[in-house]
Amino acid sequence: MNDVASDTIPYIGEDDTYHDINETIGKQFLTVSLQGETYCIDILSVNEIRGWQTPTMLPNAPEYVKGVINIRGNIVPIIDLRQRFNMEFQEYNETTVVIVLSVEEAGISRVMGVVVDAVSDVLNIDESEIKDAPDMSGSIDASFVMGLCNVDDGVVVILDVEGLLALSDIRKHYGAEERSEESVS
Amino acid sequence: MSIDLSQFHQVFFEESFEGLEIMEQGLLGLSPGETDNETINSIFRAAHSIKGGSATFKFEEVSSFTHILETLLDEMRNGEREVTVEAVDLLLQSVDVLKDMLQLLQAHEPVPESLYKEISDALEAMVSEEGAGEGNGESAAVAESSASSNVVEATDDESMSWLIQFAPESHILRTGNEPSRMFKELSLLGEITVVCHHQKLPSLEEIEEELCYLSWSIILNADVDLLQIEEVFEWVKDESELGYEHLPLSAAEERLGTKASVAVDEVAPAAAVEATAPGSPAATPEAAPAADNRQLQVAPKKEVKDTAAADKKPAKVASTGSSSIRVGIDKVDSLINLVGELVITQSMLGQMGDDFNLEKLERLKEGLIQLEQNTRELQESVMRIRMLPISFVFNRFPRMVRDLAKKLDKEVELELIGEGTELDKTVMEQIGDPMVHLVRNSMDHGIESPDKREQAGKPRVGKVILNAYHQGGNIVIEITDDGAGINAEKVKEKAIERGVIDEKSELTVEQINNLIFEPGFSTADTISDVSGRGVGMDVVKRNINSLGGSVEVSSTPGHGSTFSIRLPLTLAILDGQVIRVGDQIFIVPLISIVESLQLKNQEITKIVGNTEVYRLREDHVPIVKICEEFCIDAEFKSYDDATVVVVEAEGVKVGLMVDELLAQQQVVIKSLDTNFISIDGISGATILGDGRVALILDIGGMIKRVNLTKKSKKAYAA
Repeated sequence: MNDVASDTIPYIGEDDTYHDINETIGKQFLTVSLQGETYCIDILSVNEIRGWQTPTMLPNAPEYVKGVINIRGNIVPIIDLRQRFNMEFQEYNETTVVIVLSVEEAGISRVMGVVVDAVSDVLNIDESEIKDAPDMSGSIDASFVMGLCNVDDGVVVILDVEGLLALSDIRKHYGAEERSEESVS
Repeated sequence: MSIDLSQFHQVFFEESFEGLEIMEQGLLGLSPGETDNETINSIFRAAHSIKGGSATFKFEEVSSFTHILETLLDEMRNGEREVTVEAVDLLLQSVDVLKDMLQLLQAHEPVPESLYKEISDALEAMVSEEGAGEGNGESAAVAESSASSNVVEATDDESMSWLIQFAPESHILRTGNEPSRMFKELSLLGEITVVCHHQKLPSLEEIEEELCYLSWSIILNADVDLLQIEEVFEWVKDESELGYEHLPLSAAEERLGTKASVAVDEVAPAAAVEATAPGSPAATPEAAPAADNRQLQVAPKKEVKDTAAADKKPAKVASTGSSSIRVGIDKVDSLINLVGELVITQSMLGQMGDDFNLEKLERLKEGLIQLEQNTRELQESVMRIRMLPISFVFNRFPRMVRDLAKKLDKEVELELIGEGTELDKTVMEQIGDPMVHLVRNSMDHGIESPDKREQAGKPRVGKVILNAYHQGGNIVIEITDDGAGINAEKVKEKAIERGVIDEKSELTVEQINNLIFEPGFSTADTISDVSGRGVGMDVVKRNINSLGGSVEVSSTPGHGSTFSIRLPLTLAILDGQVIRVGDQIFIVPLISIVESLQLKNQEITKIVGNTEVYRLREDHVPIVKICEEFCIDAEFKSYDDATVVVVEAEGVKVGLMVDELLAQQQVVIKSLDTNFISIDGISGATILGDGRVALILDIGGMIKRVNLTKKSKKAYAA
């Protein structure tokens, strides 16, 4: 009877480690094209890819906020990535897609759709291959860029999803509107 | 073993707050001198559950505080201490302190010692003072309790050992637990000496072979962590009395030698970590190892009263982060029935769809009607799940009124009517503070002092009545007092003085009374601690308005006043008018629409500052063009084509110019800021029948917006 003593104490395994698949083969990125350039988005933040549908506009929103659509009962805002990056606006066509992205903010996940010209590929990129972006005085805000990476003979820009989905600019837009009204009065 | 205990925290906090409420209500019901055992028991049980839970989650401040509280209650329960006014007051104060502590812990903030030190000292003083006076066997233990709380945290001498008291309940063997295995486990930790107590062993013919009559004292001569020992007894801790003492080896041996002949229950008071009562959230076996190792206080009179388990069930859901809700089983049952019906209807329609021909058209229509009915009923029952009786809010008032009456030197009796009236949980959470304000106001300004009341020929004891009832799709909450009422003249004077109204304005008494909701208004002659700073009433009004409700006051001088709060039953669904502006669809809350009409160009007058007003009978209503506000291309070219929807919010009317009125329908409100930010003038969004999103207009916000823009335009023009 005594020899079973240790067996009868239930024991929750501590060596039950979880191997993250991404550690071995690098991260996967979805590549999209915008005005002929290639951008990468961490595939783990992509919820789904949809065709373009006319959203319900939001009053007095910044130009790049296209409006909101209904995705299975959720109200999801849509932003145009070209306009967000101050590129030339292009009429939506059949390759235009909306990539629905999600970010975690304080434990709550937030969803937003971004409009891009087209999706092209999925790339495996090892994290060590990602280089810091050089100081860019170009059109793209530095907070949108996580880094650069050489792929074959080209360079792709890896986008920072959190920066992309940040609401601070939009908040600023609405705040500025109010302030200007107040200051005039 | 590492189990994330934080997942149980939410449940613990909810249960503890409920427990505190029970304690508070019980305490308020206690009258001095009388020992109503049932009430004291329920207070004790609540305190005990909080203590057990907090010890499990290592909220040491809470558990040690509750421990003292419990000691006091235990004495009351056993009739060893009289229920005095002071004791009840002290206990009520400690309930407040506990509430503060738990709130801080819930917010992951540290609990400053200053918060509870004073009360806990007072409690301890009360315990030791009278306990010593009684001079019975208990007093020793009580005195020891205050003295020895630190003793056990002795230094790690080489010869330190553990003295373990292990007294299993008699049915322990039936649950498959074998004490000898535990001893075996213990022996792996170090050298053990076991003394068996067999005093409880009945004579041979009375012995039931499946029961355990024995208890043991064990000396474990090893320098190990309490946690390790507890792990050994983990599976039996709910079914046995366990005591751990960290002592020098010699002392332990001495104790064992002297006490070996003493009955176990007498040994127990010396030192005991109370096993948490099963039923409290701590009792889940996984949660057990976390029992606090510094919780080695001496428990006077060790009796694990499992009564606590009988009343309190653990909460069903361990919610993550957000709050949970308790639902009556009947509501869930009706939901299940409805879902069953829905499934039947669905399969009927499905079958019909398989091979459909025109002859079946009638039956299809019938099926669809049935589906509609099912859906509606389902919707209603789901809404009912969120409904809770308003007693959740009302219950906090007896305490408040009691304290406040004392503070104000007034005699006030509180009457609650319609406590069973159900109300949406979110509304409930937000209506509490405005109501507190109103009740405070009634007591401070309404009810007169007892002497004044006698002079006026009224009973000395004033009366405040809270009444809740349903009326149409609304819930009405009335706060009535039989005090002095509102002095309309004084209010008017003050209003003119403060510039709230014009001297010439002709107002009815009703209108004057409602002026007290204007910002910066207070008629109290002296500013008191309770109210009178003039920030109350307008906040009350704003809060209630933001819930989609309204508040009004009616008053008879000399006889008292009544505040009526009118609230929608739910915030999740709204009756809306669907309107179209250009190619956009909006929803206007039906409740804010006064009327809708077709305009003629000549009925519009332009006044200064580019404002267009429409003459609606006696009123002049400014016109707001949604298309301009929101930068949409609208269709109408002249006012002849447009429709005006006259809406009202916070007493201001405006006319919204729209292209077309569409259907009226119920819409489910979805908030915009889940994924975006909230926008001025928009209260949310909803999904229309065709899957499109439509925005819901927030009339109050719209009006504010328009006024701002107007102002800026005017300034521009100037």
